[in-house]
Amino acid sequence: MILTKAQYEEIAQCLVSVPPTRQSLRKLKQRFPSQSQATLLSIFSQEYQKHIKRTHAKHHTSEAIESYYQRYLNGVVKNGAAPVLLDLANEVDYAPSLMARLILERFLQEHEETAPSKSVINSMLRDPSQIPDGVLANQVYQCIVNDCCYGPLVDCIKHAIGHEHEVLLRDLLLEKNLSFLDEDQLRAKGYDKTPDFILQVPVAVEGHIIHWIESKASFGDECSHHAYLHDQFWSYWNRDGISQCCSGWCGTPGLSNSSASASQSAGITGVRKHFLPGILMKCVCK
Amino acid sequence: MAAVLESLLREEVSVAAVVRWIAHSTRGSEDNPGEAAALSSLRPLRKEFVPFLLNFLREQSSRVLPQGPPTPAKAPGASAALPGRPGGPSRGSRGARSQLFPPTEAASTAAEAPLARRGGRRRGPGPARERGGRGLEEGVSGENLPGAGGRRLRGSGSPSRPSLTLSDPPNLSNLEEFPPVGSVPPGPAGRTKPSRRINPTPVSEERSLSKPKTCFTSPPISCVPSSQPSALDTSPWGLGLPPGCRSLQEEREMLRKERSKQLQQSPTPTCPTPELGSPLPSRAGSLTDEPADPARVSSRQRLELVALVYSSCIAENLVPNLFLELFFVFQLLTARRMVTAKDSDPELSPGVLDSLESPLFQSIHDCVFFAVQVLECHFQVLSNLDKGTLKLLAENERLLCFSPALQGRLRAAYEGSVAKVSLAMPPSAQAVSFQPETDNRANFSSDRAFHTFKKQRDVFYEVLREWEDHHEEPGWDFEKGLGSRIRAMMGQLSAACSHSHFVRLFQKQLLQMCQSPGGAGGTVLGEAPDVLSMLGADKLGRLWRLQERLMAPQSSGGPCPPPTFPGCQGFFRDFILSASSFQFNQHLMDSLSLKIRELNGLALPQHEPSDEDGESDVDWQGERRQFAVVLLSLRLLAKFLGFVAFLPYRGPEPPPTGELQDSILALRSQVPPVLDVRTLLQRGLQARRAVLTVPWLVEFLSFADHVVPLLDYYRDIFILLLRLHRSLVLSQESEGKMCFLNKLLLLAVLGWLFQIPTVPEDLFFLEEGPSDAFEVDTVAPEHGLDAAPVVDQQLLYTCCPYIGELRKLLALWVSGSSGRSGGFMRKITPTTTTGLGAQPSQTSQGLQARLAQAFFHNQPPSLRRTVEFVAERIGSNCVKHIKATLVADLVRQAESLLQEQLVTQGEEGGDPAQLLEILCSQLCPHGAQALALGREFCQRKSPGAVQALLPEETPAAVLSSAENIAVGLATEKACAWLSANITALIRREVKAAVSRTLRAQGPEPAARGERRGCSRACEHHAPLPSHLISEIKDVLSLAVGPRDPDEGVSPEHLEQLLGQLGQTLRCRQFLCPPAEQHLAKCSVELASLLVADQIPILGPPAQYRLERGQARRLLHMLLSLWKEDFQGPVPLQLLLSPRNVGLLADTRPREWDLLLFLLRELVEKGLMGRMEIEACLGSLHQAQWPGDFAEELATLSNLFLAEPPLPEPQLRACELVQPNRGTVLAQS
Repeated sequence: MILTKAQYEEIAQCLVSVPPTRQSLRKLKQRFPSQSQATLLSIFSQEYQKHIKRTHAKHHTSEAIESYYQRYLNGVVKNGAAPVLLDLANEVDYAPSLMARLILERFLQEHEETAPSKSVINSMLRDPSQIPDGVLANQVYQCIVNDCCYGPLVDCIKHAIGHEHEVLLRDLLLEKNLSFLDEDQLRAKGYDKTPDFILQVPVAVEGHIIHWIESKASFGDECSHHAYLHDQFWSYWNRDGISQCCSGWCGTPGLSNSSASASQSAGITGVRKHFLPGILMKCVCK
Repeated sequence: MAAVLESLLREEVSVAAVVRWIAHSTRGSEDNPGEAAALSSLRPLRKEFVPFLLNFLREQSSRVLPQGPPTPAKAPGASAALPGRPGGPSRGSRGARSQLFPPTEAASTAAEAPLARRGGRRRGPGPARERGGRGLEEGVSGENLPGAGGRRLRGSGSPSRPSLTLSDPPNLSNLEEFPPVGSVPPGPAGRTKPSRRINPTPVSEERSLSKPKTCFTSPPISCVPSSQPSALDTSPWGLGLPPGCRSLQEEREMLRKERSKQLQQSPTPTCPTPELGSPLPSRAGSLTDEPADPARVSSRQRLELVALVYSSCIAENLVPNLFLELFFVFQLLTARRMVTAKDSDPELSPGVLDSLESPLFQSIHDCVFFAVQVLECHFQVLSNLDKGTLKLLAENERLLCFSPALQGRLRAAYEGSVAKVSLAMPPSAQAVSFQPETDNRANFSSDRAFHTFKKQRDVFYEVLREWEDHHEEPGWDFEKGLGSRIRAMMGQLSAACSHSHFVRLFQKQLLQMCQSPGGAGGTVLGEAPDVLSMLGADKLGRLWRLQERLMAPQSSGGPCPPPTFPGCQGFFRDFILSASSFQFNQHLMDSLSLKIRELNGLALPQHEPSDEDGESDVDWQGERRQFAVVLLSLRLLAKFLGFVAFLPYRGPEPPPTGELQDSILALRSQVPPVLDVRTLLQRGLQARRAVLTVPWLVEFLSFADHVVPLLDYYRDIFILLLRLHRSLVLSQESEGKMCFLNKLLLLAVLGWLFQIPTVPEDLFFLEEGPSDAFEVDTVAPEHGLDAAPVVDQQLLYTCCPYIGELRKLLALWVSGSSGRSGGFMRKITPTTTTGLGAQPSQTSQGLQARLAQAFFHNQPPSLRRTVEFVAERIGSNCVKHIKATLVADLVRQAESLLQEQLVTQGEEGGDPAQLLEILCSQLCPHGAQALALGREFCQRKSPGAVQALLPEETPAAVLSSAENIAVGLATEKACAWLSANITALIRREVKAAVSRTLRAQGPEPAARGERRGCSRACEHHAPLPSHLISEIKDVLSLAVGPRDPDEGVSPEHLEQLLGQLGQTLRCRQFLCPPAEQHLAKCSVELASLLVADQIPILGPPAQYRLERGQARRLLHMLLSLWKEDFQGPVPLQLLLSPRNVGLLADTRPREWDLLLFLLRELVEKGLMGRMEIEACLGSLHQAQWPGDFAEELATLSNLFLAEPPLPEPQLRACELVQPNRGTVLAQS
């Protein structure tokens, strides 16, 4: 299913400064019943990440951290069971997981006197039981399970989606009887950077020759499209001398003709309908 | 200069410092200050050191080796070596010396000359005759002096007089003062080349009879000398010269001498002296060889030092010609006898004790010692010579005697070498070039033009055939026999287009005759034999070898022969000369340029660097062969292009000097080059295709006239080539850089070019060496042609036949000393008696081969290409097939054998290397089947392929012949590879399998084996893990809150969720380890929430909390998931983490029974041990709790601990009473 650019923009419009919570997502689903939850979540997540990227710095000034921490402490003293941290995050328009990390870091600094290492923090976020302070542990946990755009759980979901879609793509290729080499085989042959699949016999889809397919478990908006183009696809191009095709996860703005590069987006018809709803292939042909 | 050498010998400076000093002008940082100071004072002389060293060595050796074979030609820059004589110091050191001590010098030189310079150049009939006489004498004694034109002995005995005029560095770049010619010393035989020395009956196709053979007839058998140089003598620009000085070089030398005489008024009679050659020493020398004894080496240390410096210079490419130096060293190695130098040299007076005063080589022992020292440093180059040379070297008893270690390495290299090189001249197979696509009426303007062309064609081939028949006859002359007919034919070519047609024909025929893979392919491309040689089996090959030995020119004219036109090329050269048609030449140049551009730009297939294992060798052969064909074609075309392009400028006249030269330069510099070789060279370097571009460019430049190197355009080229030469240091090998043999080829051709008379010899030393590494900014992919192993020994020797001189030198030594050592010349017995039985006789094999050739000749060329292609591919596939079947089977056997071994030997059974040996010894014999299988494969596959590729109307007989030939060729190819490599292949594969098996055996077999896939029946319809994580996360977030009042989950939904979780865990298709980990963690969290009754349930407020039974059911589901379905670890201890237990504290009334139930179930299912739970409970006490909660917790743990360790029978009962107790507990 291809999302038109207009649809995409409409969705993106609704997501301006919405907290990344369960409730927001539910509202979004009600608003766009035709889109799958996965698609919406993916767009939501990406839009929100863009938003956070823009505002990230302002939450990381030492004054901001200090004031958040004080507010947290005050709130907890008043009522330890109330969702202090979550509310704080929503109020200042910051991702709850990131807010939890911020406070946790500050807390550990205060209590252990040495700056905690990143891995310690990460492991505490993954398993809040390790946090020495029971109240903070609960607060952090609450932030993490309520955040649908950041946090270890969300990361794991994304990773799982990526893996699943590689498997799906492989099955699909097998089903379509397309001969291919997958990443492991390519690595065994000595390629250092490889796409997920190289088609041993190229196929043409909607007039574009597809040599390889990269499965990207995320929504293919222009921004990510360009970033991936930059980071990965050119190196495939340089090394394999082949044109490009990647599969987006949850749809792609149909005609991103505003792309500065010579890339075009197109669905792969034969492949598309067998995918889970909302899964699209995006191909970039050069 | 000598000062440097002296300070070296006095050990004031180290060898390394000197070499650094020479190679890099300013960098002295690594040197210690003393050395730096010593050397920096000599800085202006830096570039003169190498020429000095070379000349010094030549001089020294001249005392020892008076009658050796020719010393390398053109010793570099004598003028530079001993400067101080601004008037063209033609006599090198002697000249310099004469300035200091003119009278003595002259006298002494004159006196010594006969001794030391025998074999020097001869000029004029008088001395020549004398020489001829001597040649005969030597012939009798088996002495061979192929051009004994000696070393550049400018100073017969003048090794001393060190560092003469250091204060006055000459302006070497002033060509007036130091004209290129002037720098050549007078006696230098290198220039005169063997041709001068002995002018033998040519055995080749050379048209030697056409020139006057004044003397030097009947050379000794052991030194059948070259005929090519003589061909050069008759070369075009030599036409009309007086018979005494036919060659340009000679001409040049004479002129030089004349000039030097005039300039210097030198009292020394330069020319005749050397030729007087006293016969005495030579006779003595030729009669007996002096044995060399390592124990009798004098001044070992000094020799070692000089050898080290010399070797370093060679290794750094500071000398112009690597092979020339090797030749010189071989000469020293095989020096027969020391002339009892009754050196009345005044310089040797006992009073002088300077290290340079006494001769370096005082005996044969010294020479051999020095030679062996140098050779030791250049083992790498030696090991890449052809097998024949290696054999001769390895069997050289002097080498064995002086350095057994080197001999051992050489022997090993010989045994491992596959580089059999055949130097046979390509037979002039006369296929007629007929190109139906171009030679048809449609390409001509009129019937008449076409008709004329056809007639010309006929005339051309008639002329060609006549030449073939007669050119070897004595007394036949090309010009006399054919000249008028050729000119008449050219006269008919009126229209411009007829010229182009004829030129095309000419060029095609040239390529076909001189380069065609059909005629010469088998021998030219030894490793990848062509139809002919492949059809011929062993015996036929032997016949050919014999023929080669009989037919091949024994000498190609010393280590630096002038450019020649061997074989059929002579016809084309003579044709061009006789035709003397301006139009024809112009069209020919156009056509040659075009073809050169085309071939030079040809994209030769490049291998992926990844699969450089054994089997790709098969494919490499094809690529090498293709490369060789292209390269040889290019060289041929470039040679003719150079010949035609520079023809108008070449002539017998001496190179102009002074104003005349300037005006000529001005004139010539505005003429655009016939082919933009500079750009082609630059591009070639950039694209890392130097190995293709440089060899043909060298051929082109070798025909340049004297003015050319002075033109800016060509000077750039020479400078580029010089830089390239310096950058090709053989010892530096790295990934992506040029292959060793590629480098060797380039060094050989460049070294040869630098010795061509028209190339000013000071060019090499004048140009400031690249102070920084020579780096071209390459635009090419990392793996250009240069990095591919495209050159093999066969190609190297084909391009540079003069390298073969090394072998001849060694062979000569062997044959000369055969009386004593038994000799190593092996007889070739061309006939055998064993072949009488089933095997077809050799004649029939040879006939078969000729038949095949004739067959192809009658068929369209595409047929031959098809057959060769099929053979090539099937042969290659056959190897791959064997690898996939036979070898794979053997590997499987190896694996099972290995398993047995491991079982019988227990866990740590023997070391892997030993195991591998055992396996290989068992399996490798099976490799023998490969040949039979391969043969069968080719037999099976080839006919079909040929059939499919040939047009359907191909007659059955032709088809079956083509099939048979294809089968034969493919089999030959595959079997050749298989028989050479199958054992190694099996070994390699088995080794890989063994290490694989051992690795699999080794660590954590449990973790490996335990992971299960989904069951076979699974259709992978389970919900995706990501979906489940997301769902569970939703439930968790609902439970943790905050939530709206109307939010909640239904118990059914929870049950469904857990059911789905089970499905997902059972279908492993989409599950990756991190996802499973998170699922496990989430399920534990879910359990905790269930236990704490924290999950908000949808429905009427009364049922807001989950019903107890439902909760237990859900917990049971979770328990079974943990027990059965999770394959990774489940963090169950989290159930008892303070945070999760703390959840209970918030509930009112507190419900402990579910927790107790869960703990018991955990223990019962073996998911957690009692001890583990006890430890967790214990640590719970340490946390801070509200007072009553802590008490209840203590009660719970007591309750849990109080239960008997084997709760099985009681559990039910316990469960029954549990609610009560729980409530009691809660209420207390």
